[in-house]
Amino acid sequence: MSSTAKPEPVPTPDTEPFWDGCAAGELRIQRCLDCGRPYFYPRPVCPACGSVQVEWVTASGEATLHSYVINHRPAPGYENDAPYAIAVVQLTEGPRMMTSIVGIPNTPDDLVLDMPLRVRFEPRGDVFLPVFGPVADQ
Amino acid sequence: MSCQGVIIAGAAETDQIGKLPGHSTLMLHCEAALNALADVALTVKDIDGIATVGMPGPVQVAHSLGITPRWMDGTAIGGTSFLLHVRHAAAAIRAGYAGCVLITHGESGRSRVGGTRWQQAPSSPQGQFEAPYGVFGPTTAFTLPALRYMKDYGLTHDQLAYVAVAQRRWAAKNPRAMFRDPITVDDVLASRMVAYPFHLLECCLVTDGGGALVVTSADRAAEFPKPPVHVLGTGESADTPLISQMADLTESAAFRRAGRDAFAEAGITTSEVGHLMIYDAFAHLPIYGLEALGFVKKGEAGPFISDGHTEPGGSLPLNTNGGGLSYTHTGMYGMFAIQEAVRQLRGEAAAQVGGPDGGAVPGISVVLGVGGMFATAGALVLGRQPR
Repeated sequence: MSSTAKPEPVPTPDTEPFWDGCAAGELRIQRCLDCGRPYFYPRPVCPACGSVQVEWVTASGEATLHSYVINHRPAPGYENDAPYAIAVVQLTEGPRMMTSIVGIPNTPDDLVLDMPLRVRFEPRGDVFLPVFGPVADQ
Repeated sequence: MSCQGVIIAGAAETDQIGKLPGHSTLMLHCEAALNALADVALTVKDIDGIATVGMPGPVQVAHSLGITPRWMDGTAIGGTSFLLHVRHAAAAIRAGYAGCVLITHGESGRSRVGGTRWQQAPSSPQGQFEAPYGVFGPTTAFTLPALRYMKDYGLTHDQLAYVAVAQRRWAAKNPRAMFRDPITVDDVLASRMVAYPFHLLECCLVTDGGGALVVTSADRAAEFPKPPVHVLGTGESADTPLISQMADLTESAAFRRAGRDAFAEAGITTSEVGHLMIYDAFAHLPIYGLEALGFVKKGEAGPFISDGHTEPGGSLPLNTNGGGLSYTHTGMYGMFAIQEAVRQLRGEAAAQVGGPDGGAVPGISVVLGVGGMFATAGALVLGRQPR
């Protein structure tokens, strides 16, 4: 058993809309009103064109498995989870994000790159954390 | 700005590297500094510029050694910082801001003497968007792009493992290397799984140690006991502080930009490079580095290494001290990569390329460093002769 809690994100003014979305069951990302490009992680300036005219949009929540590792040396708080996958998923809209993979055994045989995944939200401290699992699961 | 006309005149590591529980970080800095000054037959009174990574930082190191700097650089962008210090020192020397710069590294990476536990702020981008998924240091983050590369470019587990095998062949020739016993691909694949697809032997060591450099004007080369190492070209760049946000997980844009600038400044092509150091925190780093620098095409570096081209007797000697995988890795290995390049160009390396029986000592060595987890890059083109 672990005495250490898993890390809890602490929202900042620029990321609050994202975490508010997670609490409402929505995966929100930003989109540039000038060049149209969607992006993640939350920040006030479009990384593609430098515009500050950006809006929040709700992503579909659909993604593919882009890359991962299966960690055998657990972080503090994850002792009961190891070995566990740390993944990068590519959202249908384009941006990528780090996440956990749930609802599938975290093994090399079960985690096939480019497999379709869908977002779900798990409570973590004061926020809800986006994680991804198989599409058919929902 | 060109950095030609500048040399690395002195270079040395701490007396020992490896496990040094009797050394604080500051002791490692000072020992390395004094060894580098002895190497160039100068004293602290000859030094007017200081560069190092905080903590302890340039102010503390200068004060501890009795140096009054008129130029300082505390650039701290990970293990490649020392390559940037060389670049910045070269610019400062040419600008007249400093005449003789001391660059130091010391780290109690293994024994953690006086060390504190490092933690991301939970409100930082990493703290919000990566740490909650169980990221725990470089083994869980630096490794993350590799599976994507393996799928897209056909790199096999055996080829990834072979990177460690090739470097161990260099380490076997180096009495200072921490791991020297020969290993096979099977040994690597049988070692403990750390973070799939990476086994223990595909991850760098964690050691204590330090190193230092003395950088000055090429006009002074004749004053010093050792042959000069000319700084011919330099580059630096950054990618993303979040590994999950790399623009392309199969290549390092920062490696490419830093390398391109360094090669362009030196006016060289890959065919002129006789020796190469690529910061190998993990086994995929030399693969990404070889491709970013243009030594091979995208997807070719794995087979290039497993065909033997980078090991002893190969056409492109790479990581000839044994690298972070077998020689040493204090946490900020870039200093040791520079040290080995200097030794090779001087003809004094433990596993010397060329020399009496094996043809010419390398004329040009390239050092490519990484900082953070694919976050930053530095590149140096070093030569025995000015261009």
